[in-house]
Amino acid sequence: MKIIEVRNLQKRYPKHVAVDDVSFEVAEGEIFGILGPNGAGKTTTVECVGGLRAADGGTVRVAGLDPQRDRRALRDVLGMQLQSAALPEKIKVWEALDLYASYYPNPADWEELLEHVGLTEKRDTAFKKLSGGQRQRLSVALALVGRPRVAVLDELTTGLDPQARRDTWELIERIRDSGVTIVLVTHFMEEAERLCDRLALIDKGRVVATDTPAGLIAQVGSEQRLRFRPSAPLDDSVLLALPEVRDVSRHGEQVTVSGTGNLAHAVTLALVEQQIIPGDLRIEQATLDDAFLALTGRKLS
Amino acid sequence: MTKILITEVKLYLRDWPFALFTIVLPVGLLVILGVSIPSFTEANPAFGGQRFVDTQMPSMMTLLALLTIACSVLPAVLATYREQGVLRRMSTTPMHPGKMLTAQLIINVVSGAISTAVLIGTASLVFGSQAPQNWGWFIGVFLLGTAALLSIGLVIAALAPHGKAASGIGSAVMFPLLFLGGMWVPREIMPDALRTISDYSLVGPFAQALKDAWSGQPPQLSHLMVVTVGLLLFGGLSVRLFRWE
Repeated sequence: MKIIEVRNLQKRYPKHVAVDDVSFEVAEGEIFGILGPNGAGKTTTVECVGGLRAADGGTVRVAGLDPQRDRRALRDVLGMQLQSAALPEKIKVWEALDLYASYYPNPADWEELLEHVGLTEKRDTAFKKLSGGQRQRLSVALALVGRPRVAVLDELTTGLDPQARRDTWELIERIRDSGVTIVLVTHFMEEAERLCDRLALIDKGRVVATDTPAGLIAQVGSEQRLRFRPSAPLDDSVLLALPEVRDVSRHGEQVTVSGTGNLAHAVTLALVEQQIIPGDLRIEQATLDDAFLALTGRKLS
Repeated sequence: MTKILITEVKLYLRDWPFALFTIVLPVGLLVILGVSIPSFTEANPAFGGQRFVDTQMPSMMTLLALLTIACSVLPAVLATYREQGVLRRMSTTPMHPGKMLTAQLIINVVSGAISTAVLIGTASLVFGSQAPQNWGWFIGVFLLGTAALLSIGLVIAALAPHGKAASGIGSAVMFPLLFLGGMWVPREIMPDALRTISDYSLVGPFAQALKDAWSGQPPQLSHLMVVTVGLLLFGGLSVRLFRWE
């Protein structure tokens, strides 16, 4: 069952085309990522999905609803978290939740939700006094207070420190486990790779590819890299003779071997035969960044 | 809707220096000027033998309170809410952000009514001035005029790109309006040309109608009509111009 269907979405602004041609489907219960560099059209896309903007072309369906025609019904099934702060400065955490709960016909128990996002201790704190991570968690709670089937989370971890970012990731996984479908907009490769079941890579208003993170990486080939410092002099030809090895290069004492297949195993075995110990051994696999680079010719970040 | 109203009242009161200002400034001016300027408490032929503190001063201070609320408090709050995305965030919920606007209007009308009541009470206690003699007309004129002034405030909120700009535009609009309402030169002694402008300025007729009702006379129909036209004009304009994001 597809809970979101977007077909040939197009959105033009007076000066530029924000979304040129975007299509994707989101299955119920998954975390679907929309990944791309700043200005790729990610936010505009989810704004069209959330009914905040009218598309110029294409169709959007959320749980069978047209976000423009069925705005009112859409609000009950889709919770949205917006990019920037969106509460009065002096509102207290519990007041914001209580207020937003009153907007919905069948709201969640906000006390429980507060516990869920780890803000129980901050219930009497004014919005202005919350840290960036706390604001984002409150914002997630507000997006969930109406018991939506789909939650759209836009650039949730931008500007957060690494610890707050990891806490937020755990929170998102817990939300998915509670059965809510999540659309996650991000420009962090690491975030998308860690959280998303599937994702769409977007560049210049177009979907470049849609797949699982592993699938996208596999699309660019399964090239791996091994770096190490050999304990004794090593002849490149020993390594180049291996079918898995494509290239060997050196930076000072460090040797970098790139290749495919079971590269790590083949290289370490060859080194053992030469009685060489690989010091500071590191294995690097292709990332979404590499996939994006291969698909668009541009770096993601 | 009740919860929005309760929350907005709490937020309004948390900015209490702001809220208090709309009461303290006009009441303070009334008392200080009334006590320190002897001629204000003497019968004045220009006002039909009334003292300045009887209806002239209290009406002007009411106008000051209402203009402060309409031109600076309301637009600043709304433009800030829009700037911070409060209204936009709300439009992703089943509750229309118009409800937030309604709550703000109710709060500001009530706040204006409280300021006015305190002014009436203070004038009566300190100077023995009479309370409004025609309560029916007074309340009617108050509500009509307040609605018209708040609609000007909504237009300011619609045009201002952010909260700070709203306060700036508000002040720029407020002082000419106070002048035309007779704050510094009472309408009774305005030169004819100026009074004619004042007659069509919304605040002039509103101030006059307020004074008339205060001293017990029914307000003039032409004055009520100018205020009504102003309300429709600015009300319509604000509906046209107001953006939620």
